[in-house]
Amino acid sequence: MSGKDSNFNQNEIKPVHTNKVGGSPFKGVVGWIDNRLPIIRMFKYEYLDFQVPKNLSYLWSLGGILMVCLIFLIVTGLVLGMHYKPSSTEAFVSVEKIMRDVNYGWLLRYAHMNFASFFFIAVYIHIFRGLYYGSYKEPRQLMWLIGIIIFFMMMATAFLGYTLPWGQMSYWGATVITNLFSAVPLVGKAIVTWLWGDYSVGDSTLNRFYVLHWLLAFGILGVVIFHVIALHIVGSNNPSGIEPADTRDTVSFAPFTTSKDLFAMLIFLLAFVLITMYAPNYLGHPDNYIPADPLITPAHIVPEWYFLPFYAILRSIPDKLLGVIAMVSSIAVLGLLPWLDLSKVRSSVFRPIWKQFVFLFVLDFFILMYVGGMPAEGIYVLIARVGTVYWFLFFLVIAPLVSLTEKTLPMPSSIHEYEDWKKKGRIKTFKIF
Amino acid sequence: MSENNNSSDKKNRRDFLTVATTAAGVVGVGAAVWPVINQMNPDSSVKALASIEVDLSKIKEGQEITVLWRGKPVFIKKRTKEEIASAEKVDLKELKDPQPDNKRVKKSEWLVLVGVCTHLGCVPISGKGDYGGWFCPCHGSHYDSSGRIRKGPAPTNLEVPTYEFVGDNKIKLG
Repeated sequence: MSGKDSNFNQNEIKPVHTNKVGGSPFKGVVGWIDNRLPIIRMFKYEYLDFQVPKNLSYLWSLGGILMVCLIFLIVTGLVLGMHYKPSSTEAFVSVEKIMRDVNYGWLLRYAHMNFASFFFIAVYIHIFRGLYYGSYKEPRQLMWLIGIIIFFMMMATAFLGYTLPWGQMSYWGATVITNLFSAVPLVGKAIVTWLWGDYSVGDSTLNRFYVLHWLLAFGILGVVIFHVIALHIVGSNNPSGIEPADTRDTVSFAPFTTSKDLFAMLIFLLAFVLITMYAPNYLGHPDNYIPADPLITPAHIVPEWYFLPFYAILRSIPDKLLGVIAMVSSIAVLGLLPWLDLSKVRSSVFRPIWKQFVFLFVLDFFILMYVGGMPAEGIYVLIARVGTVYWFLFFLVIAPLVSLTEKTLPMPSSIHEYEDWKKKGRIKTFKIF
Repeated sequence: MSENNNSSDKKNRRDFLTVATTAAGVVGVGAAVWPVINQMNPDSSVKALASIEVDLSKIKEGQEITVLWRGKPVFIKKRTKEEIASAEKVDLKELKDPQPDNKRVKKSEWLVLVGVCTHLGCVPISGKGDYGGWFCPCHGSHYDSSGRIRKGPAPTNLEVPTYEFVGDNKIKLG
């Protein structure tokens, strides 16, 4: 222990700090905890002191609304899981038992069902917001990509959940969707048998779908946390698409954004309650109250409303493999948008040409949704094909072409100037946007 | 000199150990993961139910029955002379998945098919469609009186299951 240890090069010795206790802005018990587990200061910095652009509209409330939807879905799902039985002979009966016998079972199930639908309503508005205001552009590309992953996971979770009541639509929906994998060359059939654990959708399939429904629900929660961490690094976009520069451009998250979000949430929940209480099955399909029968396919299979646009794209292509590829790419292509739209201007407010195509894209979405729910024959096939062509044209051709040729409108230099211009009528925007 | 040799020897031995450890690691992880993946394939009890016998004696000409085999419907149809004739005279060049009728039956009056549309797995409806066979209501595939795909998105003909006649009026599926 005497003198310097000759085995070490003295110049390379550096102090280490494995003990990082301290640094909390709080005192007392809270400070003691925060010094050892810095989540309280994180909450303060990231939620109470956090600065957001002062011109955020109600379209920016959807993130919080989605979080609330997810939490409600997990809570109602957890309690439904205490009564549900994932077996092909008992599933349908156990769901009816929840509806008739379990205390408040009807409420919990209707809430879970309709929260899934409202989750999609909110996510589609959320995606539109990103599309219209260029929230996918530098530096928010990764956040956008994480969002697309969440969307894929939501679709998988919703599909798995829809299988669980084991009605006719559950059974045949599961059959059609799992059969999409049979389009994979060579190993398609083996993959489908592996997914089923049987030679058709059956008891084993239902059991594993139940487990995966749970797994993916919490998976979404995990990826949402990444989405939010990324948001707190890159900051919120805003209707002007201009980054805030100083305190003239921002407000703190609490109480300004929180109170605005809370109001939006109340309106959203009001709509939810109206549907859940007065038309709980409006967004569902009556055939799903017929127990699953592997011998009879319902005459007209339709997926849940939120899948219809993509279902229309699948059916619009007469080749099985290409149809499946088109359906998957129609969502995946959203992820390429940050690199296809080359315009430096984020917000459509300043992009008169792009704005028109974005609205046309929204219209296309609803048209595809409509034809996706109609039989695949006659005029509907033609409309679906036109809709599909525009969908891909919008991303792959229109986005790069417009971004390179469009003459954008003159832009203010800051958010407070933007607000000024808006008051003077130099910028035309929608009231609620 | 000898020290140099030594160090390069050591290096070779280190390389070998790295490769061997990685290889053993990959095999080990593979062996550990495989049961976790393979457990999802059909289990022994499912496979044990994989064959059934069906009595055909009560089926009249032109009539069709549906039996459940491996969780899927199987259509067994006693075809009429006209249906057989129309299935046999089709020009193979017209077909998306060319297969002569006699390759799809063991006895020409008995047509045995897995009643699952080769598109996305719905059950086609008998006696509908433009070709006197089956029609799938889900995405509009038409099959003829030999169960061959004639129109629509399905890529292949209705599958003929593995079966054999175990008597004049009895077949064993699977």
